[in-house]
Amino acid sequence: MTRFANGALGVALSLAAYAAIPAHAHDYAVGPLKIGHPWARATPPAAKIGGGYLGIENTGSTPDRLLGGSTEAAARVEIHESSLTDGIMRMREKADGVVIASGQTIEFKPGGLHLMLVDLKTPLKQGDKVKATLMFERAGSVAIELQVKGVGAPQPAQAEHTGH
Amino acid sequence: MSILKWIRYGAWAGVVVVAMIGAAVMLGWWQVDGPGRPSPDRAASKGAPAVGGPFTLVDHTGKTVTDADYRGKPMAVFFGFTNCPEVCPTTLLKMANLTRQIGAAADKLQILLITVDPERDTPEQLALYLQSFDPRVVGLSGSREQVDAALKAYMAYAKKIPTDSGYTMDHSASVYLMRADGSFRTMIDYHEDDGSALNKIRMVLR
Repeated sequence: MTRFANGALGVALSLAAYAAIPAHAHDYAVGPLKIGHPWARATPPAAKIGGGYLGIENTGSTPDRLLGGSTEAAARVEIHESSLTDGIMRMREKADGVVIASGQTIEFKPGGLHLMLVDLKTPLKQGDKVKATLMFERAGSVAIELQVKGVGAPQPAQAEHTGH
Repeated sequence: MSILKWIRYGAWAGVVVVAMIGAAVMLGWWQVDGPGRPSPDRAASKGAPAVGGPFTLVDHTGKTVTDADYRGKPMAVFFGFTNCPEVCPTTLLKMANLTRQIGAAADKLQILLITVDPERDTPEQLALYLQSFDPRVVGLSGSREQVDAALKAYMAYAKKIPTDSGYTMDHSASVYLMRADGSFRTMIDYHEDDGSALNKIRMVLR
C-alpha cells in the first residue's frame, strides 16, 4: 500500500514536472543573454526559405552581437530585416549581425528582424521543433529549438517580451 | 462750353467702364457656372490616375488568362513571390481570415496573387505554394514581359535584389481592391487593421 502510494506520488510528480517543462523549456540563456520563445512559421510545400523569430535580452554590462547561426533544417541561417516604406516591402541581409546593447531587448518578429532559414531540406510543419544554434560574438554559441507555428502565423502575444 | 464738353466725355467714359465690367462678369459666369463650364466628367478624369487594366498571365493551373476572365467579380489583387517568408504568407492568411469573417458574400471576391518572380514561380510552383492557403486564391505567373506589363498597369513596384544565396524581391505590399467592372476602387495597406480592411472589402463587394 505504501509502495503503491509512493508510486502514485512518483507518477504525479513526474507528470507535474512534465507539465511544467513547456513553460520553461522555451527560454534559453547563454552568458548574460536570455533568449525567449524561439519560433518559426510553417512553410508552404514549395517554399525554400523559412522565417525564425525570438527575443534576445542582454542582462550584462557589455554589448554583444548575434553573428549568425545554423540549423539541421536548412543549408544556412542568415539574419535579415524586412522594412515597409511607401507600401513597398524590402528585405535586406544584416551581414554584420545584430548588436544587442547592455540592458537592451531585441525582438525578432514578422515584418522586422528575422532569422532566415535558407534552402530548407523539408518544409517546416506546424508542431515541429527545429534544432538550431545561435552564435554570439562574446557569449558564444547556444543550442535552441524553434517551435513551428502555422503558415503565416502572427507574432504570439506571450513572445512580446523575454526572460520570464 | 468746354466744361460741358469734358463732362460729356467723362459720362461716356463711365458708360464704357460699366459696360466692360458687365462684360467681364458675364464672361466669368459663362465659364464658371454658365453653359461654358467644363463638364464634371472631364474634370474627374484629369484627377485620378487609372490603376489596373488589361493583363495577360498564366494561372497556377497553366491556363492563359486575361483580366476580362474575372470581369463581373470584384478582385483583390496583390503582388508577391513564393520565396517570400514574410509579407506573402501574412497577406494570404489575412485575406483568408477576412473573407471568412464576411462569409458567403465574400465568395464572389476573386483573390489574385501575381508573382513578381516568374523565373522561379512557375505555375507548378505557385500551385504547390497555394496548397497551404485559401483554395479560392488564384496564382498568376507568365513571362517576364507579361508580369512587367501587369506591374505597370497596377503602378506597382518590384525589383530584384541580389543576396549571398541568390536574390530576393522588393515589392509593393498593398492589396488592390477592384470593382466588378475591373476599375480601381481602393487599397488595403500591409499594416492596415482588420476592421478597416473588412469595411473596404465589404464596400467593393456591394
